[in-house]
Amino acid sequence: MMKQYSDLEFLRLSKWQRFLYRLAAFFCAIPRAIGNFFKNIGGFIKRAAVAVVNEFRDIGVTFVHGDWKTKTSYLVMGFGNLARGQILRGLLFLVFELVFIFYMILAGGYWLSMLPSLGKQGPVEGYDPVLDTYTTIYHDNSFKILLYGVLTIFFIVAFIYTWRLNVKQNKIMEQIIKKGGKLKSDKDDLKSMVDEQFYKTLLALPLTGILIFTVLPIVFMILVAFTNYDGAHNGYQNNLFTWVGLDNFNTMFSWTSNSGGGSQSYSATFGEILSWTLIWAFLATFTNYFLGMFVAMMINKKGIHLKKMWRTILVLTIAIPQFISLLYVSKMFAKNGLINLTLLDWGWIKEPLPFWDDATWARVTVILINIWIGIPHLMLIATGILMNIPADLYESARIDGANAWQQYIKITLPYMLFITGPYLLTSFTGNMNNFNVIYLLTGGGPSNPKASGASGSVGFTDLLITWLFKITTGSDAKYYLASVVGIMVFVVVAVISLVVYNVLPSIKNEEDYQ
Amino acid sequence: MNKTEKRHMGMKALNRVSNGSIYVLLVLISVIWLIPFVFIVFQSFRVESTQQVGYVIPHQWGLQNYINLWNSDFKRWYLNTFIIALASAVLVTIIQLCMSYTLSRFRFKMRGPLMRFMLILGMFPGMLTMIILYRVLADIGLTQANAVPGLILVGFASSGMGYYVSKGFFDTIPKSLDEAARVDGATRLQVLYKIILPLAKPIVIYTVLTAFMGPWGDFVFARYVAMGTSAGYNVAVGMYSWLTADQIFGMYTTFCAGGVIVALPVTILFMCLQKYYVEGVTGGAVKG
Repeated sequence: MMKQYSDLEFLRLSKWQRFLYRLAAFFCAIPRAIGNFFKNIGGFIKRAAVAVVNEFRDIGVTFVHGDWKTKTSYLVMGFGNLARGQILRGLLFLVFELVFIFYMILAGGYWLSMLPSLGKQGPVEGYDPVLDTYTTIYHDNSFKILLYGVLTIFFIVAFIYTWRLNVKQNKIMEQIIKKGGKLKSDKDDLKSMVDEQFYKTLLALPLTGILIFTVLPIVFMILVAFTNYDGAHNGYQNNLFTWVGLDNFNTMFSWTSNSGGGSQSYSATFGEILSWTLIWAFLATFTNYFLGMFVAMMINKKGIHLKKMWRTILVLTIAIPQFISLLYVSKMFAKNGLINLTLLDWGWIKEPLPFWDDATWARVTVILINIWIGIPHLMLIATGILMNIPADLYESARIDGANAWQQYIKITLPYMLFITGPYLLTSFTGNMNNFNVIYLLTGGGPSNPKASGASGSVGFTDLLITWLFKITTGSDAKYYLASVVGIMVFVVVAVISLVVYNVLPSIKNEEDYQ
Repeated sequence: MNKTEKRHMGMKALNRVSNGSIYVLLVLISVIWLIPFVFIVFQSFRVESTQQVGYVIPHQWGLQNYINLWNSDFKRWYLNTFIIALASAVLVTIIQLCMSYTLSRFRFKMRGPLMRFMLILGMFPGMLTMIILYRVLADIGLTQANAVPGLILVGFASSGMGYYVSKGFFDTIPKSLDEAARVDGATRLQVLYKIILPLAKPIVIYTVLTAFMGPWGDFVFARYVAMGTSAGYNVAVGMYSWLTADQIFGMYTTFCAGGVIVALPVTILFMCLQKYYVEGVTGGAVKG
């Protein structure tokens, strides 16, 4: 176990020692954290169980002690509100219940019952009496079953929550009436929608959008990792797909080679791509960071004229849509592109330079072009922060005889790192998932003949995210593998974020900052 | 001349040297950063050949590439992109401001869990959800030729996740303003549009600007949704098809002309509102 420092001892350490100390402390704390995690899970289950029991007891007690209006509300949601004059709330409850019942009868029941099998009957050849020919007749659709099955479960959870809310409201209303209080009228309710409860009004639309267009697809795609959904089992036109348990994770992490198109196993390919993704994210983030800071400092330096013009020139390049600049530059570096043709013309080279045809060349070129893309942005950020560094810090450093380099190392850099800690983290994870730069520049190439992919080839500059994209396109798409890759990306990003959040000092308490 | 004076002179000379080299570097940087765009403009006026060549200044100048552009599907792509950009400028701004204002100003029970949940959601690669969003859009008939409403819908529905920058801005507006107004009897709604919104003009403009510029570069999902139907392309997808191996020979200079037409209005708009963009970016990075 490492030595624990007291607060005083900690403050006496240098910045660097503090960082190391935090890093060490984080990793030393992992075993205990895991222990605590399991202990907490135990505690959590216990508390959850108690909470559920309490809920049921409360539901029972409310029923037994409640008057007939409350009792009717157990079956007809909103009845209590209607009977006590809260027409608006009552109607909302009632309509919700009716919609739910109709949905479950008409569609929900079917989706739910098919969910365990993901469909029983695939498409078959059958006789069509109208056209008088044999055609394919489509039956179940695994894709829709999975999608609407998940949606139905969401709906059921929402219904249970609303029903519970309905019971709770009846209880509260009875208490208010017993005390001789006055219930909120519809007018009060409407008014509170733009006042105390205004946050609910504001959040309703954004959260619904996120639920349907982000949460639902993510849940769906996580579930796909446990099915055999691919181009040959698309769930409707050719074959149904079904649950396969953890098979896909076995495929991804086994060392035997497979028929994925290359001679290598998926796990080897995955390892190669992951390590390049991490190297790329690291280099892309830090080259941009330091060079951007350097450019900002040059422009900011006392005695440099036309500051605004230099900045505007760089900012100009942010405005131009990335696909234009990336595609153009990509073609510029191509075998028969401007640069190679010009150099050949001048006789400086005999063969075209293999910018995109050699693994190392391509990787280096991608990083260099990314610098070109990224510096203006970093320059802007750094400029804003550099201007905020108190000038007297430099003044006193100069009096103490510090040279420019020392000032940079002791003042500028720590200040920048402290303030931009969270930004560095997001930009690192953003670069890990930087689809556009890689795809538009190289398309992932040059291709790696040994690597296993699905459709298309896997290349030396492919990131996990472009690999994922390649797996999902074409007729031999392997959606289940893409889903496994996606889950792994999540795991990697989550682990990195967790470590950084615990080690970086500048993730401040939100309320402190305000 | 005493010793300190000498040292001072030395510093001055050093300063001049380093300033000189900084100017050299800055000029070099400016050239490197601008040159590809200058090249695009030159090549868009080249009419003697349509493929890539080893020189920059055209031998023969002309507007043929722009005429080709006018005769191609480019008009349709441009209109598509413009509609998406306008719609998202309005819708995305509303959604993001609702979200960020609420999370900055209200303290409710689910706030912490909600923010943590969205942080975790953001760690999933967005690419993963494309397949299903595509199938869902296909189901309701919003793909291929109808890709435009589909892209608007998806773009704005999930935009609530990008609330960080504007929340950071709202956090800097003192809460005492709200409280004073509340004491005077204003409702939360009145506080929002009478006090906060006028103060939030920079961040509103920033959000509108980024929401408007986003769709011009939207490539991968747009390509998925259009699924090879030219009428549903946006400029990025359409112009990408010109640079594929079998088309680049004839379309390279047309691509350059298209690049100029796309970049020009966006860049002008951006330069006009540059101040707000810079404010948003620096503020956002500081607050994370």
